[in-house]
Amino acid sequence: MPKVKLPRKSTNVDMTAMCDVAFLLLTFFILATKQKPPEVLAVTPPSSVSSKAVPDKSIMFTMTKEGKVFLMLGDETKKGDILENINLTKALNLSQAEMAKWKKEEFIGVPLNMVKSSLNRADKIPATQLPGIPNDSTNNELVDWVRSITNVYAGGNQRDLEQMLMVKGDNDALYPIFKNVKMAFKKNEIYKFRIVTNSEAVPIGSELYKQAISGDKND
Amino acid sequence: MAEIDTSSGGGHKKGPGVKKAKKLSTRVDLTPMVDLGFLLLTFFVFTTTMSQATAMNMNEPKEDKDQILKVKNSGAMTILLGKGDQVYYYFGQLEADKLSEEFKSTSFKEIRQLIVDKKKATPIDDLMYIIKSDSKSTFKNSIDILDEMSICGVPPGHYAEVDITPAEQELIRQTEIANGIQ
Repeated sequence: MPKVKLPRKSTNVDMTAMCDVAFLLLTFFILATKQKPPEVLAVTPPSSVSSKAVPDKSIMFTMTKEGKVFLMLGDETKKGDILENINLTKALNLSQAEMAKWKKEEFIGVPLNMVKSSLNRADKIPATQLPGIPNDSTNNELVDWVRSITNVYAGGNQRDLEQMLMVKGDNDALYPIFKNVKMAFKKNEIYKFRIVTNSEAVPIGSELYKQAISGDKND
Repeated sequence: MAEIDTSSGGGHKKGPGVKKAKKLSTRVDLTPMVDLGFLLLTFFVFTTTMSQATAMNMNEPKEDKDQILKVKNSGAMTILLGKGDQVYYYFGQLEADKLSEEFKSTSFKEIRQLIVDKKKATPIDDLMYIIKSDSKSTFKNSIDILDEMSICGVPPGHYAEVDITPAEQELIRQTEIANGIQ
């Protein structure tokens, strides 16, 4: 009797399709991930239940652990005007070339009287060694900065400016620094600004949670 | 005589003894590539933190001398923030002879319940939380307490930040010493 032969099937599977899927997903995730801008100033902000996103364009005051305050002018269209304004109002006497150089700086972290010398330095001071903007009650240069910012944005929509003013602080920054920043805003009649925080889930069972469940939005 | 074999070597002679060049398959084993693809995919998915920075609104009161709010003692709760994430509180006004009873210390974990209890016990019109930060408290503390207010559903205008008085600072110091807070 002839033996019944079972056809021997190959165990090789075509991997091309799987390979395609893997790389497609990989490409998708890499492209879809928004790159965090490199942070020169290491700051861990506190968390809050707020769910509003931080706008792309912002004027950011950053308070570090050590109590230094830095200013980042994120609105490129107005950055030059703000620097120009403070150059005039505080008589910094910067030349055209120095102004151009200043505009390229990512953030401001030196007292006004050191701006000229720091711009003319051949080597760049590392961010961690910058002295920060003086903010104590006797010499609060933040007031001058906020004044220049309001001068430049004057005439425009005040609400737009309020949306852009951000304060970011490290968890361990001491309260008096924050108070000095608030003082700088208040002296320039700005009563509304925003704090950059990490998002946090609303605790279950709390009042806000109940409001969110009932669909009643409280701003 | 001697013969030179010209036919062998270099000549393309098709015959039964000559083997045809084997046609190699164009199929490559893609398994390692798939492995690599998924490895990278997993790596990127796990290393990406989904941290989304959010913005919290902050409203400061205008410093207007004519518009100083009168707060009813019965509806006021003063929350003081000290160093080492400590929270102190008292209701109404502090009276010199009952300091130790009225001035209490607590923590961020328990303050939520206290805020809620006060909110339930007081008519909404009288309700006022006064937040005072000591110079040793941190930025995190002041944001956390404001966050606590929104978690507890305290309507805006019913809480305010006020400067701390020297007497209260002194009280915090003494409590810190008594509780051994560094």
